[in-house]
Amino acid sequence: MYGWIWRHLPGNAWVRAFISLMLLLAVVYVLFQYVFPWAEPLLPFGDVTVDGDGAGAGTAGADK
Amino acid sequence: MARARSRIAGVISVFGELLITAGTVLGLFVVYSLWWTNVLADREAAKQGDQVRQDWASTEPDEPIGLDTKDGIGFLHVPAMGNGEVLVKEGTEPEELNNGIAGYYTDPVESALPWDKQGNFTLAAHRDGHGAKFHNIHKLKDGDPIVFETKDTWYVYKVYETLPETSKFNVDVLQPVPKESGKTGPGRYITLTTCTPMYTSDYRYIVWGELDRTEKVDAKRTPPAELR
Repeated sequence: MYGWIWRHLPGNAWVRAFISLMLLLAVVYVLFQYVFPWAEPLLPFGDVTVDGDGAGAGTAGADK
Repeated sequence: MARARSRIAGVISVFGELLITAGTVLGLFVVYSLWWTNVLADREAAKQGDQVRQDWASTEPDEPIGLDTKDGIGFLHVPAMGNGEVLVKEGTEPEELNNGIAGYYTDPVESALPWDKQGNFTLAAHRDGHGAKFHNIHKLKDGDPIVFETKDTWYVYKVYETLPETSKFNVDVLQPVPKESGKTGPGRYITLTTCTPMYTSDYRYIVWGELDRTEKVDAKRTPPAELR
C-alpha cells in the first residue's frame, strides 16, 4: 500500500520524501482537526459529572 | 503458482500496513486527548479568564458583582492541586468544560453560589485532557484550603471529607446538605466532582469542603494567607 503510493509519486527520491512528509502532515492535521474532535465525545473517557448520563449526552437526566 | 503466491504476499503486506496504520492512529489519538486538548483548552481558558478580570477592573470596586454568569463568576484556587486558577462558569455541559474551565451544576441538583447564605457550591471539571483542571484532585487532604475568588470576596473553604470512588449515578453528593459527607445540618459547602480512575470515566471522585471564612478583596487583590 505505502509502496504503491511511493512508486506513484513523481520526481526523484528527495521529492518523493518531501511529498510523503506533506501527505503525512495533512493526514495528522485532518485527524486532529476533524476526526478526533468528532470521535472523542463518543468515547467514555471524559465524563466528569454525577448525573448518570452516558458519554457526550448533552442534557442531564437525573436518574434518581 | 508463483503469481498466486505473490498475490497472497501482497494481500498480507497490505493487511500488515493497515494494522500499523491503525496502531499509529490510536497512538495519535492518545496524544490528542492528553496533550493537544490541554493546549487548546488552556489557551481558551486564559482568554476567557482575562476577559473576566478585565470586566472586574473596568467596573467600580463597590459595584455589586454582576451576575453575568455567561462570562464566569470567579476563579477557583486549590494550592494542593498546583495548577493556578480555574475559571468557574455556569453549567456542566461538555462544550463548556472542554474550554478548560470548571462549571457549577445546574442539573440534576442546582448548585448554590458562594455568596448564598447556605447551600452547596457544586463544581465539575476534567481530570484529563481539555485542561485537566481537576487532575490532581487525589492530592487534596482533609484541612486543605479551596479558595474561590469573586470580584469582591475571597471565600476560603477547608476540605473535610473525600470520597475516592462513587457511582456516576450518585447525585446525592450534590445535595444542599451532603449527608454522605457526614453533615446533617445546613451550611456553606463546596463539592468538587471529577472522574476517576485517571484516564477513564468509570467512577466519580468527590471532595467536600466547608466555608471557613471570607475576606474582602482589597485594592491590590492581596490573596488570603492560604494562597501566599
